[in-house]
Amino acid sequence: MKKKLIKLFLSTFYLSAFTFGGGYVIVTLMKKKFVDELHWIDENEMLDLVAIAQSSPGAIAVNGSIVLGYKICGIPGVIVSVIGTILPPFIIISIVSFFYDLFAANPIIQALLEGMQAGVGAVIVSVVFDMMQGMLALKDPISIVIMVAAFIANYCFNMNVVYIVLLCALYGVLRTIYKTRRKAV
Amino acid sequence: MILFQLFLSFLQIGLFSFGGGYAALPLIQSQVIELHHWINMTEFTDLITISQMTPGPIAVNSATFIGLKMAGIPGAIVATLGVVLPSCLIVTVLAYVYLRFRKMSLLQGVLESLRPAVVAMIGTAGLSILVTAFFGQEGIIAMQNLKIDMVIIFIVALFLLMKMKQNPILVMVLCGVAKVIIYGISLI
Repeated sequence: MKKKLIKLFLSTFYLSAFTFGGGYVIVTLMKKKFVDELHWIDENEMLDLVAIAQSSPGAIAVNGSIVLGYKICGIPGVIVSVIGTILPPFIIISIVSFFYDLFAANPIIQALLEGMQAGVGAVIVSVVFDMMQGMLALKDPISIVIMVAAFIANYCFNMNVVYIVLLCALYGVLRTIYKTRRKAV
Repeated sequence: MILFQLFLSFLQIGLFSFGGGYAALPLIQSQVIELHHWINMTEFTDLITISQMTPGPIAVNSATFIGLKMAGIPGAIVATLGVVLPSCLIVTVLAYVYLRFRKMSLLQGVLESLRPAVVAMIGTAGLSILVTAFFGQEGIIAMQNLKIDMVIIFIVALFLLMKMKQNPILVMVLCGVAKVIIYGISLI
């Protein structure tokens, strides 16, 4: 347990320190670390946990590490992984805010960060590709329709993700009720 | 007193920012600029820039930055705790409910419908990042804006990740270094 907590802290600290570009990036990196590498949770659980992190208030990176911490080590896991996640930005922002003008104007740092954007994009594409293959393997046409519809609503129409999550949840409730009714008849 | 105000303000920001990332910006603006006048609009813009250039969620970065400015290290600690506390409570309860009741058919049905949407939303985030990386901050998709070097870096990175199964953080850092080298060459 103690060993696991230390590992959890180091993993969340490391992931958080290198996550440029928003919540979904850290979620994909968490998937690589905790599902593919450490095998602490399986892929479906990971997607469910992401849905919980996504539909709760607050930063996705923080929420993601809370669900993982809870799943892996309970309440101590939550505390450890939250501290691991907020410590890197806390330290970095404290340092950066003292040197802000110098930092923002430096062309080498600008080039470094710009290049990393392309790398972040590649990481997300490779993870989404893996997940889509898993989804298509189910051969469930409704899942594919939801995936395409959610993408169009989110990307083309800028629909708030909270509404997308709520709509999908509502659809899931209705579908389950319909199925159980039909079985009962 | 200022510590208590910082805590309370960031608690509200943490509690009502659904959707992550930029969803927190309007809340930060109304609490920190309009209500308390802790920073002005220019500083707020700087803060967003800093957040884009450093790791970490915007809400956490803002809490640290503003807390530090108003009350030093104790301010930064109090504001950061305030912004993550609502998440800690709400998400833990939801995780508990999920792990306890996931065998229920209703919850299963909901989660089955959610999974494809989550994949789509992650894909959307990836696409937005790529458009910015390839065509610049304004995101105007046109051939004359296309940065060929960024496309090449992306393709090499994708190959390293998918065919060579390289560590994603290593690949990201390599991409940054590659761009610095290209910048260096362009100076010669």
